Amino acid sequence: MDFISILSIFVLACFVGYYVVWSVTPALHTPLMAVTNAISSVIIVGALIAAAEADSDIAKYLGLFGVVLASVNIFGGFAVTERMLAMYKKKEK
Amino acid sequence: MTFSILAGAADAATGTPAWAMLAYLVSGVFFILALRGLSSPATSRAGNRNGIIGMLIAVATTLITHDIANIVEIAIAIFIGALIGVTVARKIAMTSMPELVAGFHSLVGLAAVVVGLAAWLDPASFGITDPDNQIFMVSRIELGLGIAIGAITFSGSIIAFLKLSGKMSGSPILLPMRHVINLGTLTAILAMIGIYAVSPDGGAGEGYLIIGITVLAFIIGFLLIIPIGGADMPVVVSMLNSYSGWAAAAMGFTLGNSAMIITGALVGSSGAILSYIMCKAMNRSFISVIAGGFGADAGGAGDGEAREQRPYKQGSADDAAFMLEQAEKVIIIPGYGMAVAQAQHALREMADLLEAKGVEVKYAIHPVAGRMPGHMNVLLAEASVEYDKVFELEDINSEFAQADVAFIIGANDVVNPAAKTDKSSPIYGMPVFDVDKAKQVFFIKRSMGGVGYAGVDNDVFYMDQTMMLLSDAKKMVEEINKALD
Repeated sequence: MDFISILSIFVLACFVGYYVVWSVTPALHTPLMAVTNAISSVIIVGALIAAAEADSDIAKYLGLFGVVLASVNIFGGFAVTERMLAMYKKKEK
Repeated sequence: MTFSILAGAADAATGTPAWAMLAYLVSGVFFILALRGLSSPATSRAGNRNGIIGMLIAVATTLITHDIANIVEIAIAIFIGALIGVTVARKIAMTSMPELVAGFHSLVGLAAVVVGLAAWLDPASFGITDPDNQIFMVSRIELGLGIAIGAITFSGSIIAFLKLSGKMSGSPILLPMRHVINLGTLTAILAMIGIYAVSPDGGAGEGYLIIGITVLAFIIGFLLIIPIGGADMPVVVSMLNSYSGWAAAAMGFTLGNSAMIITGALVGSSGAILSYIMCKAMNRSFISVIAGGFGADAGGAGDGEAREQRPYKQGSADDAAFMLEQAEKVIIIPGYGMAVAQAQHALREMADLLEAKGVEVKYAIHPVAGRMPGHMNVLLAEASVEYDKVFELEDINSEFAQADVAFIIGANDVVNPAAKTDKSSPIYGMPVFDVDKAKQVFFIKRSMGGVGYAGVDNDVFYMDQTMMLLSDAKKMVEEINKALD
């Protein structure tokens, strides 16, 4: 993808982010932080590429280390978000 | 738009097929839906699942489109990460959520640094080289920024983690000339990224530049957070949340990966908006929070001249229980002190007992109560308080005039009327609860000695209708429960 296409996606995604985040109820701001934490670990994609394709050993091990770090976040982030969200209950009428 | 993959990628091995690019886009859409789900607790769990689906798509796509020679090593790496992540997520106490989130931020930051360094060492695998095997200039800038933001996120989050978990004092550490040092370091980082971007080939000097950027960025992250005090941590945690997003976005630019760019933009905006909400709720500018030092000299002032003895009423648990029973409407205002004392379960029990006697109980939450956005809501949810009894500041503030009792537990600055009246007060202009309008105020506090984070005396202590309940929050509520029973 050329730079301008990438930049277009980025700018539009910033606007989407702006509106979506404002619509998040303040009661869920802590789960919001936990889940954004988990999804920002999509950076694992970069770590996987380094781990899989690296022609240099250092790059490969850096990649594998990155995979471990991102995995902690992905599994931990989604799990802790799930745990928190499960606690939010409405009054039974 | 052509699918001419990663601007001029020469290496066929890195050429991402069109279907994969679409898959990354779909993954990005699932991440948007994940955040969208959080607009209400009812849809939130579906939202979280969407996030998981998005992540699975992104990871699967990457694995399928690359020749993985070492799938076993990668599987082990994922397994180790998953084991640590799930164990921590299951064991962590809800009161420790702020430091957990700060800790997770640091990992995203470090992962960005690691990926950036790997891409620099092995640019061909990332498809960011021209036919002469030189890294594109735009990719150099993206790499430099990605590494720098990642490193700042990492070291800043480590400091936030240490402060939040109490392993390091929450009080601001102020270095002399810190603003000059910080601006100088930031300028140096940007200058080095600039030099790296235009330097032609991968000589030894390039290594020094990259290492220099990384090290300086680690240092600046550390320097930026140490002067910021404990109660400004909601802003700091949100800000670092934002940084971790921008770091992911920068790496997404490098890889031309839409899932990473969309996520980065979402997380970046999310953190920025949360920082804004927190600053607004304290009536402070973002710059003044980031400059740090708030509350640094408050300790002295609070203990000194402001501490002239003023008469206040002290009550017992029995007094409180008696008055609470008689009330028709009680509004509970929890603060960080409730989290510290782990009093949320006892509090919920008290509310149950009161409701059984026909008292209406509501909870009022200030945006900056606790150490991270939404901290109190999670603790109340943990204690099984239904979320439709929990209200935000602007939704409930008008109800204090009809309330028989305002029950303040572990909060202080957020009920201080000085924010409305005293222009010289450091918290002037901060929106606060109008507890003075309630017929009766109970204020649970450890002792009369301590002041709130802002270090200002609170007129609510000395009002006619206020009864101070001086004790540990949990112990006091448990005693009230015994008296109510």
